[in-house]
Amino acid sequence: MMLKKIKLNLLIVFLCLSVVSVPARASLTIDITLWLDNATPIAIVPFGWKGVGSAPMKMTDVISNDLSRSGQFAPMKENEMIETPHEGRDVNFATWRNLNMKYVVIGKIKMQARNSYQIQFQLFDVEKGSQMAGHSFQAKENQLRRLSHHISDLIYEAITGERGAFDTYLAYITVSRNRKGQNRYRLAISDSDGYNEQILFESSMPIVRPVWSPDGQRLAYVSYASGRPQIYIQNVFTKNTQQLTNFKGSNLSPAWSPDGRHMAMSLSKDGNSELYIMDLNSRRLSRVTRSYGADLEPAWFPDGKSLVFTSDRGGRAQLYRIDVNERGATGRAQRITFDGVENLRPSVSPDGKRIALVHNTGGQYRIAILDLESEQLSLLTDGRLDESPGFAPNGSMLIYASQARGKGVLAAVATDGRASHKMRFTSGDVREPAWSPYKQD
Amino acid sequence: MNKWNKFLLVGLLASFGVACTSTSETQTDETQTQQDAQTDSRSGAQDQTTIQSDPFTDPSNPLSTTTIYFDFDRSEVKAADREVVMAHARYLADNADVKIVLEGHADERGTREYNIALGERRAKAVSQLMLLQGVSQSQIDIVSFGEERPVALGHDESAWSVNRRVEILYPGR
Repeated sequence: MMLKKIKLNLLIVFLCLSVVSVPARASLTIDITLWLDNATPIAIVPFGWKGVGSAPMKMTDVISNDLSRSGQFAPMKENEMIETPHEGRDVNFATWRNLNMKYVVIGKIKMQARNSYQIQFQLFDVEKGSQMAGHSFQAKENQLRRLSHHISDLIYEAITGERGAFDTYLAYITVSRNRKGQNRYRLAISDSDGYNEQILFESSMPIVRPVWSPDGQRLAYVSYASGRPQIYIQNVFTKNTQQLTNFKGSNLSPAWSPDGRHMAMSLSKDGNSELYIMDLNSRRLSRVTRSYGADLEPAWFPDGKSLVFTSDRGGRAQLYRIDVNERGATGRAQRITFDGVENLRPSVSPDGKRIALVHNTGGQYRIAILDLESEQLSLLTDGRLDESPGFAPNGSMLIYASQARGKGVLAAVATDGRASHKMRFTSGDVREPAWSPYKQD
Repeated sequence: MNKWNKFLLVGLLASFGVACTSTSETQTDETQTQQDAQTDSRSGAQDQTTIQSDPFTDPSNPLSTTTIYFDFDRSEVKAADREVVMAHARYLADNADVKIVLEGHADERGTREYNIALGERRAKAVSQLMLLQGVSQSQIDIVSFGEERPVALGHDESAWSVNRRVEILYPGR
């Protein structure tokens, strides 16, 4: 097998915006690094506004940033636009063609009543001179940011043919120190661009490994609130919490089965860490592995018939795959990684064809993707201690934990390696990100 | 050197006693207090011989060492640390009502959950040695924090080497 290293040249810091996102909590800074070759040029014309005073928000900024972060689009700078139409009949395709734009997005926001807005947008193919998508929405002011992400999804899908994943959540852990030097751990969720942070759970004890349920309604995570690591499930919307495990030892690595009915996990109650599958209805446990080493960090394949996991049964940590059903293992574990000193913490792509992992060579922990068919491993990041990779629900990007200026930050990278961005929160260290499934409402 | 340490320790212990009985003593300057305390401890030792050095704080006693350090990604107790583990094991075997917590820790390298498993394996290695000395399983509780509770916050070997550890904790003390 070959280690294919994606070239990390042509890096251009494209955008750096700093906005106070949540009152009195944290300000968020997003640094986007892009490779500008192959990104599709698109003009997102600032939406028109009809109403009293100024528009409630600049939706096109959110849409522009979404499309930039994907690495697949290079939105035109506003000050380079010669025309700024808000009506379809005013779009002059020759103008945009001369500016080398492939697509143009226009729209308008109309105030209908107090806190009630009508939003319309249209996407045009400049080459063909025709409309590709057009939609009209009603929204309240506090829904405009989410609607902007939804419009990004519609644009992304109309152009690429793939479903967009901008209107989704991130879950993550933040750690800050109070004046007494004590750590404060928080389980939080935000929009996929890091805005609208909401705290779900706070503790003076560590919290690790939040994972989303397949329906996007709940998070499972590991908390030391009881003094030792136990697995909990919390509803993201009602915040109701239940403790799932109460075994001695380390209770780690919750992973929901694709049908949401079982939870794979790593328990050390019977000796060293081994994999188990719990039926979430009956709470019955089935043991999956029996090995001399520690088996942990299981992730399900989309068909629910096998797990990939980390084990150091062979000395150093490597990834293994094992077939399972609800009663446990149905085959023997097969090692699937061979490059580098260590490979850990697998995350399976939504189509089941690729595995994102933490790859250690020379003491540097970086995010890599293993293509299961070609067996090729591609490095995607060049950090010192990058960890916790997780796919966006459309498989186009990975979220992971990295370091910047001595702090833990969240970072995302396109799975083809051509764009990355880092999200810095001023409140403390941020770690253990998990990208939510598509929203179901 | 050790003798002098012991001497000072006894002196300090005694100075607490002095401080308790006479609040005005705490107002005097440090040197004066220390001299008083030393005089006091000598006479005290002669009179009652009740002041003993605490084995858990006496640097010459292996029980005073409560942290065991490990090599990167390893969980074997190093030969040099066995004496310390054995001393705690003997103490626990002689005092069956005493319970300890073995807290496992790792450095920041590797994933968080792998490090929790690694910290647990380190604590279990210490526990295994103790069980062989006749300590009861019920006297030992194990919890691993992985890389979540570093003692040093740096990102180099000097920090990592002190973070890869098992702490022997006596909750009752």
